[in-house]
Amino acid sequence: MAEFLQTHYYNLYVALIEADRWKQYLEGLGRTLMIAACATVMGILIGLIVAVIKVSAVNNRKLWPLEAICNLYLTVIRGTPVVVQLLILYTAVFTSMTNGTPVAIVGFGLNSGAYVAEIFRSGILSISRGQTEAGRSLGLTSWMTMRLIVLPQAIKNILPALFNEFITLLKETSVAGYIAVRDLTKVADGIKGRTFVGEPLFIAAVIYLVLVVGMTQIQKQLERRLAKGDRH
Amino acid sequence: MIDIKNLQKSFHGHCVLQGINEKIEKGEKVVIIGPSGSGKSTFLRCLNRLEEPTGGEIWFEGVNIVDKKCDINKLRQKMGMVFQQFNLFAHLSVQENITLAPVKLGLMTQAEADKKAMELLNRIGLAEKAGSYPNQLSGGQQQRIAIVRALAMNPEVMLFDEPTSALDPEMVGEVLELMKQLASEGMTMVVVTHEMGFAREVGTRVLFMDGGQILEQNPPATFFGNPQNPRLKDFLSKVL
Repeated sequence: MAEFLQTHYYNLYVALIEADRWKQYLEGLGRTLMIAACATVMGILIGLIVAVIKVSAVNNRKLWPLEAICNLYLTVIRGTPVVVQLLILYTAVFTSMTNGTPVAIVGFGLNSGAYVAEIFRSGILSISRGQTEAGRSLGLTSWMTMRLIVLPQAIKNILPALFNEFITLLKETSVAGYIAVRDLTKVADGIKGRTFVGEPLFIAAVIYLVLVVGMTQIQKQLERRLAKGDRH
Repeated sequence: MIDIKNLQKSFHGHCVLQGINEKIEKGEKVVIIGPSGSGKSTFLRCLNRLEEPTGGEIWFEGVNIVDKKCDINKLRQKMGMVFQQFNLFAHLSVQENITLAPVKLGLMTQAEADKKAMELLNRIGLAEKAGSYPNQLSGGQQQRIAIVRALAMNPEVMLFDEPTSALDPEMVGEVLELMKQLASEGMTMVVVTHEMGFAREVGTRVLFMDGGQILEQNPPATFFGNPQNPRLKDFLSKVL
């Protein structure tokens, strides 16, 4: 038993302290967070635009070309693996870019946008037509009605699904190593290869876990704040 | 005030309004009755283009609102609407429900709108509910707030789409009472309803619709006392 503990203690020392390796984890974590955060913002923007176009196109046939583009985007993105999308972006689209981080941001942002779009769309459709009609009957424009009345209520309804997507996205960035980004996973895997101990991957796992638990807490706070219109 | 010429509406080839001609004068209280599916709600909703008419003209304040080029949002500001399902904004407090449109449309400052909201809430005896959310209120309270939300825009005409149909029986009275007050203050009103008592008491003119047409119309005394159209006679015999 004592020997077991001693081995692990030593392995942890090798994985973290020796040669200041903890700095590498921090760098990797920073890159992971940067990619996840930027891709989340990009995904929300794309998702919102696509969802609003798709919902509006139901009543406004003039929007059909935009709707067709959105449908193509959703089909392609949801129909192909994210790793393949990243590799295509890195090797065939952004060929002059050697730094993989911006490519990863664009790749994950485009990918997440497709899923967020469908989440937003389900949220918008969950709000009764009467809310829109009441807004329009007061003279609000369709965009004002969407922004002030429908979306705030829709976001409350889709918060669990939205955070599901954010959490998935955060963990999905662990494949960024495929395009030579030194994210948390890549760093941990590299240290494992150099030190021949398994602990770096556990360290990475714990860090991801802590991040996800933190996001869940943020979700709870938001849900509580948005619940003010609910029955008490 | 509202001049309706040959108004038509069809849904997927099914004709719901078959060329309605009607004139609504300022200060009139027009009550529309008829069996369900007769097109009365569709007719009312065409007046502020919540339903897009498929043909005809609706002239309001010198503008044909069916014309795609008109600024429908501007015109809707002058046509208040009250819905069967109240449709208060569920995520906003009562006060925010009332002030949202006037403030966001730049018609009032927040302070002016708040003052107006409190005046209106005082008037209907619900001032203490200003900070409550819609689902904390009874149906009757919600509908009265929906009415003052429309009034906060200072409309020229109020459209009511079966305003008491979704209410528990004991709450119908308070909503009708508020509508009667409005009527007595000279508000122009178009009301689709099943409340025959209200039609008789408040209406200046009652319209009977069936099959997408106005089959008969008269002041309430004649309308209820001496109906001519056999369909209207049949309808009244069932509801009265």
